[in-house]
Amino acid sequence: MGRVEGKVAFITGAARGQGRSHALRLAQEGADIIAIDICEAVPENSYPQATEEDLAETVRQVEALDRRIIATKADVRDFAQLKKAMDAGVAELGRLDIVCANAGIGGTPNRAEDIPEDEWTNMVDINLSGVWRTAKAAIPHLKAGGRGGSIILTSSDAGLFAYQNIAHYVSAKHGVVGLMRTLALELAPDMIRVNSIHPTTVDTPMVQNEGTYKLFRPDLEHPTKDDFAAAAVGMNALPIPWVEAVDISNAVLFFASDESRYVTGVPLPVDAGAAIK
Amino acid sequence: MGRVEGKVAFITGAARGQGRSHALRLAQEGADIIAVDICEDVEGTVYAGATEADLAETVRQVEALDRRIVAIKADVRDFDGLRKAVDDGVAQLGRLDIVSANAGILTSPSNAENFSDETWNTMIDINLSGVWRTAKAAIPHIKAGGRGGSIILTSSEAGLRAYQSAAHYVSAKHGVVGLMRTLALELAPDMIRVNSIHPTQVDTDMIQNEPTYKLFLPDVEHPTREQFAAASQSVNALPIPWVESVDISNALLFLASDEARYVTGVTLAVDAGCFLK
Ligand SMILES: NC(=O)c1ccc[n+]([C@@H]2O[C@H](COP(=O)([O-])OP(=O)(O)OC[C@H]3O[C@@H](n4cnc5c(N)ncnc54)[C@H](O)[C@@H]3O)[C@@H](O)[C@H]2O)c1
Ligand SMILES: NC(=O)c1ccc[n+]([C@@H]2O[C@H](COP(=O)([O-])OP(=O)(O)OC[C@H]3O[C@@H](n4cnc5c(N)ncnc54)[C@H](O)[C@@H]3O)[C@@H](O)[C@H]2O)c1
Repeated sequence: MGRVEGKVAFITGAARGQGRSHALRLAQEGADIIAIDICEAVPENSYPQATEEDLAETVRQVEALDRRIIATKADVRDFAQLKKAMDAGVAELGRLDIVCANAGIGGTPNRAEDIPEDEWTNMVDINLSGVWRTAKAAIPHLKAGGRGGSIILTSSDAGLFAYQNIAHYVSAKHGVVGLMRTLALELAPDMIRVNSIHPTTVDTPMVQNEGTYKLFRPDLEHPTKDDFAAAAVGMNALPIPWVEAVDISNAVLFFASDESRYVTGVPLPVDAGAAIK
Repeated sequence: MGRVEGKVAFITGAARGQGRSHALRLAQEGADIIAVDICEDVEGTVYAGATEADLAETVRQVEALDRRIVAIKADVRDFDGLRKAVDDGVAQLGRLDIVSANAGILTSPSNAENFSDETWNTMIDINLSGVWRTAKAAIPHIKAGGRGGSIILTSSEAGLRAYQSAAHYVSAKHGVVGLMRTLALELAPDMIRVNSIHPTQVDTDMIQNEPTYKLFLPDVEHPTREQFAAASQSVNALPIPWVESVDISNALLFLASDEARYVTGVTLAVDAGCFLK
């Protein structure tokens, strides 16, 4: 018997990285999946975006676990697209129990006063308002089920404290905590729980790219993954440079399962102790 | 394969309540147990203490799960007794991976300025210094194993915010958070993780007694369990009066297992959203 057997999970940003890992971990434990991803370049990003092939690969891997998955190309900036994907998925899979608002971008680093207007608004539109739209599309289905539910918002250590040169990211991720707490209060009467996860650096394409390497190693002209690791380890208390996507997925699984049936309103760092350093 | 298969857990206050539940939940998932409890009334508590028969019942239930358990009567105020218990347990069971510093008391309420020195000191000695002694007795064994480990401190909602008439308990439980964060930093190089759990009301003997009912219902002469349930529910966001011991055990299991291998320095509330209210 899986730990989320028979439940259905909606996951944004599921084409690759943490989103794909969440889909696989929940499917391993018995859940069916509704997956969406933009599968397109977001121009403000300094690293390559996911593709339709990536989303198809998530589908292949979930189906290899003998679970069902409905995958749709959709953008969290567009509520109508999101709602359509959600409604179609629930119609097909019959229910909704778990929501992972995971889609997000890293953007391009800049001092706060130098962030261009469009990069600021786009960041907030995806990393904060996109999370709100995801919840908004899901809540009617969770309520209709009458069995409660679990909404998990992916914030970041940047949702708990500041980093220089990414004011837009830090602001959006802090905003996610405020949204999480408000939703937790509003949805508690329906036994719908809302929590957020705060990863330190995760080994995904969002950070494994030269733009991020340079942010951490301004001293080097062409920093490598190893150069980045040497700098990244310094942020964590545990002697590791980063966590794996599966470590975030295991925290998602805890929140998604009935093991945490009375846990709500909690910001959970999965951060190798970065927050206390 | 259990989620903590082959590991050994040291649990204080294991004769009953949450401590017994932790022993059983970890044993179900494959751990052997070193259990200690004072098995005596503690001066100033407003409810009956655990007994040797209670500790024997924990032993019986763990053994019924086909796991090994070494149970020893010991007081967390006595470092030598505690160390001897851990040393004996590790000698018999071969290793130490998990520590649950769970033993604790609740004594008569009072305004801060009216506590006697004795009442104050006993509270701090058990609920704060006892946690430090538990860690102190365990750390050499975990380090000697060279495999890292997980130390889980039971704090309380009262470790995150104040309640009137319980300055001694609130101070001790806040102190546990400071200890948790310091230990997390100090032990990170050895991959030993340290986290705290913050329960709302848990359905155990500590609170299911008339003096505690009266704390919530000062105007009722003989409050009943039902009246207490309604008052207790009003502090939670989720519409439940209290959580069960197993809900704390499930959070402890997550933190104890390798699923949380990079989670350290975290205050995890299992509190039905009461922190937000
Ligand atoms: N990687 C890290 O170090 C790290 C650390 C903390 C938090 N996070 C957060 O974790 C989440 C997942 O990131 P990741 O590390 O897996 O990176 P990733 O780039 O591999 O995955 C993000 C996914 O979101 C999708 N996406 C982006 N914009 C979208 C939009 N408008 N609509 C729909 N989908 C969109 C992308 O296509 C991609 O598949 C993000 O919210 C990120 O901010 C990442
Ligand atoms: N019950 C609640 O509502 C609640 C809420 C938040 C936190 N807590 C905390 O949870 C922990 C467990 O409490 P519980 O609810 O299971 O209550 P409980 O009274 O059933 O269990 C506490 C156990 O600790 C033992 N103990 C007390 N003093 C000791 C000492 N000096 N040395 C060794 N053992 C000792 C007791 O004998 C008892 O078996 C405590 O730390 C408590 O403060 C309880």
